[in-house]
Amino acid sequence: MTEIYELGIAGIRSGIASGDFTAKEVAETFIGRVSAAKPLNAVLVETPDHALAAAEATDKAKAAGETLGKMAGVPIGMKDLFCTNGVPTTAASLILEGFTPQYESTVSSNLFKAGAGMLGKLNMDQFAMGSSNETSAFGNVISPWRRNDGGNADIAPGGSSGGSAAVVSGRICPAATGTDTGGSIRQPAAFVGITGLKPTYGRCSRWGTIAFASSLDQAGPMAHDVRDCAIMLEAMAGFDPKDSTSLNLPVPEWEAGLKSDLTGKRIGIPKEYRVDNMPPEIDALWQQGIQWLKDAGATIVDVSLPHTKYALPAYYIIAPAEASSNLARYDGVRYGLRDLPDGAGLQEMYAATREAGFGSEVKRRIMIGTYVLSAGYYDAYYTQAQKVRTLISRDFDKAWESCDVLLAPTAPSAAFGLGEKNDDPLAMYLNDVFTVPSSLAGLPAMSVPAGLDRQGLPLGLQLIGKALDEQTVLNAGLALEERAGFVAKPEQWW
Amino acid sequence: MSVDKETVKKIASLSRIAVTEAEIDALVPELNNILGWVEQLGEVDCSKVEPMTAVIPNKLRLRDDVVDDGNVRDKILANAPAAEHGFFGVPKVIE
Repeated sequence: MTEIYELGIAGIRSGIASGDFTAKEVAETFIGRVSAAKPLNAVLVETPDHALAAAEATDKAKAAGETLGKMAGVPIGMKDLFCTNGVPTTAASLILEGFTPQYESTVSSNLFKAGAGMLGKLNMDQFAMGSSNETSAFGNVISPWRRNDGGNADIAPGGSSGGSAAVVSGRICPAATGTDTGGSIRQPAAFVGITGLKPTYGRCSRWGTIAFASSLDQAGPMAHDVRDCAIMLEAMAGFDPKDSTSLNLPVPEWEAGLKSDLTGKRIGIPKEYRVDNMPPEIDALWQQGIQWLKDAGATIVDVSLPHTKYALPAYYIIAPAEASSNLARYDGVRYGLRDLPDGAGLQEMYAATREAGFGSEVKRRIMIGTYVLSAGYYDAYYTQAQKVRTLISRDFDKAWESCDVLLAPTAPSAAFGLGEKNDDPLAMYLNDVFTVPSSLAGLPAMSVPAGLDRQGLPLGLQLIGKALDEQTVLNAGLALEERAGFVAKPEQWW
Repeated sequence: MSVDKETVKKIASLSRIAVTEAEIDALVPELNNILGWVEQLGEVDCSKVEPMTAVIPNKLRLRDDVVDDGNVRDKILANAPAAEHGFFGVPKVIE
């Protein structure tokens, strides 16, 4: 029999339903996996009691013959960006050290109502700003993966949802929440060989999720496969009056709608995503992906997204601008850190608190954001970036005239080693080249593991869909998944 | 456009982040590198384009003008670094 820890959401659901094991056994298994995974530094706070309580509730409900929730008996990892009632939440920043929310985020609350338990709060890039999990104030997350060269260099799990990526790929949690602002679900999912879905902007409530860039932030599932993502997103999503940008629409039954026959579907291949010096392995995998989707019955069309090259620079104006505004709330008065030098007044306290509490990447982005929003520069930078964003969004609208979903690589390379890229912020930003455009346009997009590179590290393919059409993204993802037959897993060294 | 030491000092002050002289020296080229790169947006002709205001068309709602929560003062103060008598505590602001 498959070990319990090898199972994802659907596997746990059917095992509990058939009585192969209890929810309590599942929770205990993963609690053990979490406590044995300390070398990965993926979990900031362990919450075994939460997982056990949810499991007991599931076992009781099953014994009473009640209908179980979509996530019943599934203990998950929670990215530390979600405020969790009574459980410390830091966004991996010193400025929130000691902060214990007195309320529950809508997304975590929805998951708990669906029967999920929580195994712990997961490490991440500080305030979700980073692509390698190296900006956390609490140390790097180490990917469970290693190169096949016999060395033991630590590999980056990607970011910002690096802890989520590490625990799901290491079979330490069966699934985890992520958030995606410019690629923070998809890039780490690709780096560790799991499936991650960023839904349409507005599907998941942002209430109680620590804000980075509010017009871009979206929560989504990170899980073993496409089906698990569909189940988990159904549990996470839904209208929330407490988030003014939450979409007042019913949550579709994505799992029931899964279908890998793509007959009649048109797959767009954006020519601008063929960037200079793309590694040949990535290009070859992309070609393979095209073949797989053809094989599933789809037709392939070439499309053009002419403003693609401007997406990253626009993002690195818009996201820091929103961050500088959102992060103004950390003032040493209401919550978190306070640094009050002797004799300091209020202004000095703000400056000292923020100096001590924010990491260098966060400070860099706050300052960039402050600059581009400041008098005299606002139109040249911020307004221009929002105009370019309109053009990027129009590019996608135009593409949808001739196709239903786009196929592209998720990231321009496989995972890199920790420390190999962190001396140049710009080089790090370029990791998001394939994920940022769809974020700027608010579109649903998913990364599906599709192969290994010559170092033995996973590579992902990305599907980008029309607004609100998660179903086509999931279906095309399923078609890829069935044909890629990706079963590689990291060998347990921790 | 590029920033000099004085501008970086001003940005840091507007951002309410204390910086040392050495940090300013490091930040000047870093910020200029990033700003130089984003400047390519100037190439795009946006003369007839409106700035984006909503990624997914979605009319902002108004909620009913009624009290739907409240009486949570102690919860709000629970995480304050300094709270006294039901208020946030701050350093003296008036001499």
